[in-house]
Amino acid sequence: MTGLDPHEEKTSAGTVQDAIPGLLAMLSGKKRVELENFAMEIGDLEFWIPTGTVAAPTGSTTPARVKPTTLFAETFVPSSEEFVGRIHEVRLGATKSEGGSRSRSLLIGGSTYPPFVSADHPATHPPVFALDVFDMAVPLSKVLMENVKDVINDPAEWARMNVKKYGADMITVHLMSTDPLISDATPAAAARTVEDVLQAVDVPIIIGGCGDPRKDAAVFCKVAEVADGERLLLNSVTLGMTETKTLDLVARAAKEHGHAVLGFTGLELNKAKELNRRLYEYLPPEDIVMDLTTVALGYGLEYSFTIHERARHAALMGDTELQQPTISASTNAWAAREAWMKMDKKYGSRGLRGPLWETVNALTLLLAGVDIFMMMHPAAIRTCKDTIRMFAEKDAPVPDGVARWATMKI
Amino acid sequence: MSEREPKKTIKEISPIDVYKLLPKTNCKECGEANCMAFATRVVNGELAVDNCPPVTKEEYRVNFSRLEDLMAPPVRTIVVGTGDRTMKLGGKYVLYRHEFTYNNPTPIAIDVSDDLPEDERTARVRAVADFSYNYIGRELRLDAIAIRSTRHDPAAFASAVTAVAALTDLPLILCTYDAAIMAAGLAHIRERRPLLYAATKDNWKEMAELALRYGCPLVVSAPHDIALLRSLVKTLVEYGVVDLVLDPGTAVEPGLSGTIHTFSQIRRAVFADGDELLGYPLLGTPITAWLSPEISHELIQWKEACAASMLLSRYADLLILHSLEGWVLLPQLIWRFNIYTDPRKPVSVDTGVRTFGSPGKDAPVLITTNYALTYFTVESDIKAAGIDCFLIVVDTGGNSVESAVAGRYLNAESMAAALNDNKIADIVDHRHLIIPGLAARLSGETEEASGWHVLVGPKDSSGIPAFLKAHWPPKNS
Repeated sequence: MTGLDPHEEKTSAGTVQDAIPGLLAMLSGKKRVELENFAMEIGDLEFWIPTGTVAAPTGSTTPARVKPTTLFAETFVPSSEEFVGRIHEVRLGATKSEGGSRSRSLLIGGSTYPPFVSADHPATHPPVFALDVFDMAVPLSKVLMENVKDVINDPAEWARMNVKKYGADMITVHLMSTDPLISDATPAAAARTVEDVLQAVDVPIIIGGCGDPRKDAAVFCKVAEVADGERLLLNSVTLGMTETKTLDLVARAAKEHGHAVLGFTGLELNKAKELNRRLYEYLPPEDIVMDLTTVALGYGLEYSFTIHERARHAALMGDTELQQPTISASTNAWAAREAWMKMDKKYGSRGLRGPLWETVNALTLLLAGVDIFMMMHPAAIRTCKDTIRMFAEKDAPVPDGVARWATMKI
Repeated sequence: MSEREPKKTIKEISPIDVYKLLPKTNCKECGEANCMAFATRVVNGELAVDNCPPVTKEEYRVNFSRLEDLMAPPVRTIVVGTGDRTMKLGGKYVLYRHEFTYNNPTPIAIDVSDDLPEDERTARVRAVADFSYNYIGRELRLDAIAIRSTRHDPAAFASAVTAVAALTDLPLILCTYDAAIMAAGLAHIRERRPLLYAATKDNWKEMAELALRYGCPLVVSAPHDIALLRSLVKTLVEYGVVDLVLDPGTAVEPGLSGTIHTFSQIRRAVFADGDELLGYPLLGTPITAWLSPEISHELIQWKEACAASMLLSRYADLLILHSLEGWVLLPQLIWRFNIYTDPRKPVSVDTGVRTFGSPGKDAPVLITTNYALTYFTVESDIKAAGIDCFLIVVDTGGNSVESAVAGRYLNAESMAAALNDNKIADIVDHRHLIIPGLAARLSGETEEASGWHVLVGPKDSSGIPAFLKAHWPPKNS
């Protein structure tokens, strides 16, 4: 083949590319091509070296190459991906001037970029932590019980301890006693508990129901009324509430009294979208948070991780039905036997294993973009808060000398 | 020289793309019905190209190489070790797990330093090799040993390497920045194809020579400097070293945020920008937690554990840890197992009755949910204890017991219906149903709805053997 001088071809941009289809057609079916009068600079060559699973025997297959003697100088420009979507901001809690009685309100959500991929794109609003309080004595793992046994029968005191001692940004009051299968406490009684907690602490409050769509609706409506203007997060509304025709009751009560709702779905993105669509009929997106379900590490955390990654990615790519901030009940980590069970001593004490389990659960979902964490163990909360603080520092120090790990004495 | 079209992503490759390059003889040597079926399984990541025996023959050399090129993952696969005990690093096709199953679960290596007295060293190597945890019927294990030169002495390193290699057939990683020390260690175990740690801006030439001479994969280290990492990769590839692993540096605290950012940026550069110089497996070293002046070992271990778990989620293809404590390792091994499962795997299992052992008419009847992880946990506990029983799997919409009870997916009616639909009354001659402890509050209602006696079982299925010992056969029957 003659007349193919790469230098000539390169004189006008695109010529080589334009010629490729023709060249390929010419070459098709040929097994061997001889080049005549062919000149080329080494820089024009692109070596493609297949990565075999076993290294080639010493230098036998590669033709004598010129080994570089100095380091090439490459640069790095971070990927400049752009995202059209944005997560809505939701304000939780209300100060006096905002119509409530909290000392401060919290803004969550607002992400415009995948979580924690670059210092140039810090979280719009760092994730916050809601600590759990139950309105009745609940069975808890021994390790969790140690920290709360003195307050277990007093939700207000429990809430106060969570804020003062453990730095809770928010409190979740789980109104378990309202469960018709447990003590079927009345909505009025539940509302009194909520009022006690609102009195005891000045942080924003999440109201946890019992899971019965009818009862929860009755409780949420009553609580919404007595806490008018406090901007509670009602946890949760479900598609089940559409069957019992109670979703609209709760959504209207939230709207009327200035609260936000948490839409709960079980690891199904289409269900989450459907529930959001239903809710948009009553509420603006600024009033809606999503719970996509948090499963314990070892019991399906990977489903939770992946659904959160998918939801956030889709939202940032422009899916308007998923652009709500998310919440994770990371306390669920304690459902895993590895968290609470006494095990052979080679697996360590559950005093360490349990809190670490909750920590890993939360850190994993933190990386997937969750905005609010419902948690329980103080050590887990502290670790997650420290981690978020580290991510929030724009110019977090990069310690030099990490390479010493290879040769340090331990 | 290859005229390279823009490489197709794994989602864009169709079975036809693969089929076109196969022999198309439908010889069935691969075990599949025909070449198209084989191609489909290759595209799904279930079979590799070289699972087709004919295509690896000389006559198909060109097609085979094009197939390998077609199916080559953007993050290359690097093999460490030889024979049965190899570990594969990287081989990633996607950034997000929901796009395509992650390949090659991140091996976890534990370090052994060459300053350990012989008895301690032996005990440590044995502990690494023997560590295991039974998780839903699988043995989760550690994968490799990283031998570190802390005495800066070639002879000491060589002797430690020889001793460790004699104790275990686990893949090895040799850690030193000194090429002379590396050579001393390597000379004794060249046939093991260890991973060499590491080439830096100061020693790359000497390390490259060793990697070439011994045919070993090489780690390229440039802590928190991606430009330097790219420079080293480019230089080393040009030098002829193609089996590379990247060490972008791991800082545990402070600096973990920078580490997560670095790992993320590298992977995004590969998948968003097609950066080939960064298309290699990533090494994470949570062991750097031990550089901390912190006195409490527990605190260091805690930080090492947190960093390791975050790096498992954020693209590490190989981890080196120091902690051998079970509480540190359990969450890593389980999380590693979990995120490398197929994301398309359904959350639920089939409903119906499962039979364990050889249950008679008086055998216990237990009930659980169809959430896959719940089911596999219960199954594994029943099997491990060798219990003869029937287990009813009821449709809870793939929810675990706790959420199914809370969400009313598991209720008295659904359990009564399951007893009925599965004709349990014909299988056993008693009327006792054991329900999960977490569903205790449904016991009264369920007795009413089904007419069966309800026994409230343990909250965790690990308690089933003890429960049956104490409560079966039921006293009042």
